[in-house]
Amino acid sequence: MPEGDGLAELYQELILDHYRRPRNQGALEAHSRRVALANPVCGDELELDLLLDGDTITDVRFSGHGCSISQASASMMTQLVKGRTVAEARRLAVRFSEMMRGSEEAARDRALGEARALAGVARFPVRVKCALLAWNALEESTRDHP
Amino acid sequence: MRDVRSDFPLLRRGGRRLVYLDSAATTQKPAAVIEAIAGYYRTLNANVHRGAYDLAVRATEAYEAARRTVAAFVGAPDPDGVVFVRGTTEALNLAAASLGRLTVRAGDGVVVTAMEHHSNLIPWQLMVEAREARLVMVELTADGRLDLESFRRALEHRPKVVAFTHVSNVLGTVNPVAELTRLAHDAGAVVVVDGAQAVPHLPVDVAALGCDLYAFSGHKMLGPMGIGALVGKPALLDAMPPWQGGGEMIRTVHDTTATYAPPPHKFEAGTPNVEGAVGLAAAIEYLGALGMAEVAAHERALCAYALERLSAIDGVTLYGPAERSGVVSFTLGDIHPHDLATIVDSEGVAVRAGHHCAQPLMRRLDVPATARASFYVYNTREDVDALVAALEKARALFGYAHA
Repeated sequence: MPEGDGLAELYQELILDHYRRPRNQGALEAHSRRVALANPVCGDELELDLLLDGDTITDVRFSGHGCSISQASASMMTQLVKGRTVAEARRLAVRFSEMMRGSEEAARDRALGEARALAGVARFPVRVKCALLAWNALEESTRDHP
Repeated sequence: MRDVRSDFPLLRRGGRRLVYLDSAATTQKPAAVIEAIAGYYRTLNANVHRGAYDLAVRATEAYEAARRTVAAFVGAPDPDGVVFVRGTTEALNLAAASLGRLTVRAGDGVVVTAMEHHSNLIPWQLMVEAREARLVMVELTADGRLDLESFRRALEHRPKVVAFTHVSNVLGTVNPVAELTRLAHDAGAVVVVDGAQAVPHLPVDVAALGCDLYAFSGHKMLGPMGIGALVGKPALLDAMPPWQGGGEMIRTVHDTTATYAPPPHKFEAGTPNVEGAVGLAAAIEYLGALGMAEVAAHERALCAYALERLSAIDGVTLYGPAERSGVVSFTLGDIHPHDLATIVDSEGVAVRAGHHCAQPLMRRLDVPATARASFYVYNTREDVDALVAALEKARALFGYAHA
């Protein structure tokens, strides 16, 4: 179990800020894709709406409830992928999960933007699934995209 | 009650003190139980009820002695009314499936309550679906007790089965089992009680409670995992059809039909968990030596202290009635229970966070999750103090002002 400094990293201000003031929260009435995912172990629920224009994610919103890590991660993810192509967004999802597996190289990748603040979650194995919930929803909602 | 912490090898391990507050999930084991299990394999192991040789006879005797120990511990008049199962979940699945076939017809009612663990809900959902029956749910009062008016209303349509928990695993509510059983019997129902959170913590006398079937688990009462019991009135068990088929549960087998052994063996198909039964008996002997009245008093005092200390923390919301068993569910400000559990874990305090396998209850509490501290014989006021200190740390990390 990581000691105190790991916790300070886990609950740093940027993460708590995204938890308490989530970006892109709510539902998109006009959406191209909607995926609901839950973590049955802890009860976290997340619904992700994507609006696509061709290959581009023109809008994205999420709703649901969960811990600070799952909510902050969802908020950061929506910020990152809005305006990107599906292929770009899916590449970011791969990078993010590499970071969750402890890759320091992925954690330095500027492409992950503020989501790099979640690198410390890798030290809390039971919490990794919290951080991955929104990215898994993104992956699932775009899986069959050409 | 004497300080028993040193009886538990896992709690006296080196390094930082483990503050284990998740006994409602599973308890730690005293050395006496661990030794009994090892002793069984060192000196007694053989398959039971089959071999004609001495070792098998002695293994069978140990297994049946464990059954008598369980019967005496919960006040069952006849050891043949004790069916060994994997645990409460299996006991309730057995009860639902077998009672369904015995007595539930299309359109019949089956009553459960809104405070059930999923293990006393899903088996009934499955059964009413198979029997084309109806599931009726009893509602709760605002402070987390069963609403007796709602209970009475649920009985008006004369349900075939009424199932409820003795003690809530989330709220610690202790239900008035004898009174509820009397009302349900007056309505003609078979009464099934989930005792998973009761037998470990309170003196339980199934004969005095009057219920028809009573389920509990060994691992929540210092015993090993994978053993528990369904305690039933012998006449009912005799009438109930078998659940699983296999060896051990038969009398005579023909090509296309079979006759069955009398209870309890009718419900114990296959090689049973003899090691588990022996371990459970050792746990019961350990608890018996402490005295269940003393165990209950110890927990009551600890729980009262915890409620007092936790309610003094700014931002804490407590769930459940004032009078309760040793379970305290709470939330703290906008800190999600999973974050709370992670933070207090870093201080060596183990609590549970989540929906506690009781989603219908959580919906009624209007929270997606709570943190839960639960107490047992080895917990002390120091453990509560450690929890409180760890919660203060959580408040600091989340930017709450120092109280």
